[in-house]
Amino acid sequence: MSTIALNTSSAVGKAAAGNAEAPVRIAVRDLNFYYGDFRGLKDINLDFYDRQVTALIGPSGCGKSTLLRTFNRIYSLYPEQRADGEILLDGQNILSPSIDVNELRARVGMVFQKPTPFPMSIYDNIAFGIKLYERLPKSELDGRVEEALRKAALWDEAKDKLRQSGMSLSGGQQQRLCIARTIAQKPEVILLDEPTSALDPISTGKIEELIEQLRSEFTIVIVTHNMQQAARISQFTAFMYLGELVEFGPTTKMFMNPAKKQTQDYITGRFG
Amino acid sequence: MSEHIVRSYDADLQGLRQRIAEMGGIAEKMLVDSVSALARHDKPLAQTVIASDPRLDVLHREVEENAILTIARRQPLAVDLRETISAIRIAGDVERIGDLAKNIAKRALAIGDDFQPHKIVVGLRHMNDLVMGQLKDVLDAYAQKDTAKALDVWKRDGAIDALYTSLFRELLTYMMEDPRNISFCTHLLFCAKNIERIGDHTTNIAETVHYLVTAETLAIDRPKNDRSIDTTVEAGA
Repeated sequence: MSTIALNTSSAVGKAAAGNAEAPVRIAVRDLNFYYGDFRGLKDINLDFYDRQVTALIGPSGCGKSTLLRTFNRIYSLYPEQRADGEILLDGQNILSPSIDVNELRARVGMVFQKPTPFPMSIYDNIAFGIKLYERLPKSELDGRVEEALRKAALWDEAKDKLRQSGMSLSGGQQQRLCIARTIAQKPEVILLDEPTSALDPISTGKIEELIEQLRSEFTIVIVTHNMQQAARISQFTAFMYLGELVEFGPTTKMFMNPAKKQTQDYITGRFG
Repeated sequence: MSEHIVRSYDADLQGLRQRIAEMGGIAEKMLVDSVSALARHDKPLAQTVIASDPRLDVLHREVEENAILTIARRQPLAVDLRETISAIRIAGDVERIGDLAKNIAKRALAIGDDFQPHKIVVGLRHMNDLVMGQLKDVLDAYAQKDTAKALDVWKRDGAIDALYTSLFRELLTYMMEDPRNISFCTHLLFCAKNIERIGDHTTNIAETVHYLVTAETLAIDRPKNDRSIDTTVEAGA
């Protein structure tokens, strides 16, 4: 009997979703993070691709939010927290002391788990952020506010009540307002820390749709506890555990056939 | 494989496996009995085969429904998702195997006590032995998640195709020899074809087992040796 070539193929391997050809936007190199004496991140090396959504998953306390918080150095609000290693944003090490943190936070926007609208009007919620960095004539500012609300898919719902308080919106709308506020500053990267965990399924759907839209313009990193959400909206997924990066790869591969047993155990609900 | 945090999830998947194991057992018995009934003109045995089929259909339905429910309820991922989808596919193949065995049993009843050339019957039995071996092995491969065993079944099927081609030629010759042979030869031809098709279903299952274990699909082209399409027999040859 002649030998038979076993040509195996896998839709997962060829999945178009993850585009590793895209340029690297953020390169994390040998990153360690400390909360006082506790080492919260251990030698993380990871690339985030331009205009792709990367999901960070892992059990509570694994370091995924910690990692996210290093990208705009929001941790530096707390003196006992520090990072070493390198985080290269377009080749520039953002951990370097010479970096202007405020400028960095305009380039790397962040949206949190609970919607955090400022106690001011919808309009001012967005204009406030822009005014921090730019002096614009009123007409131009109006345009920027509208553009941001449109991109955050909130314009139709909010256009007739721009002077009302941001707090008067529903939870899902507030979260989109926060995304609009972030977008208005024209960032390069958007960080989302469990942006839908406090929202109902409909609002969650709207945010997910929005993330899909925003991907054409921004590099997005999202922390989520919802496996299906990570599978739906991301092109790449990183699984972290106890401060270490366990596995990183195209999302389709990670959720259909992860290489590491630990990853498989976690995403299939066998962990611990 | 370690257990899920939610233990009823394990029970769901185990339920799928158990039903497929039961289906496999029924299909194996149906196949053996149908060919025995044919060879020995055993009508009660043929009736038993036919009577086994509804249970197989019920199990098939249960696997499908429970698998769909598992997807809706648990949103399985990775190996769990492959396991659930594989259960649906394999149950479908085993159910078809049952249908084909039932068809052999029905033909055994139709042929009744007509003369059957010994050589043909031996050929059919031999083919059936090979297919039985494949079915047993592929069901074991599924139960043990043994992709090497599954691949072996996948590669072996070519031998069954070759045997089918030779039986096909022989039956054509009998038919040309005497028109009175045509009726039972046609039945036997269908029986041979059914067995050959069962072999194909075992290779489908082998492909599914390979996918279940590795998450990769096998090449589309399986080694095939069915040359019956090219077969012509000259009159008086």
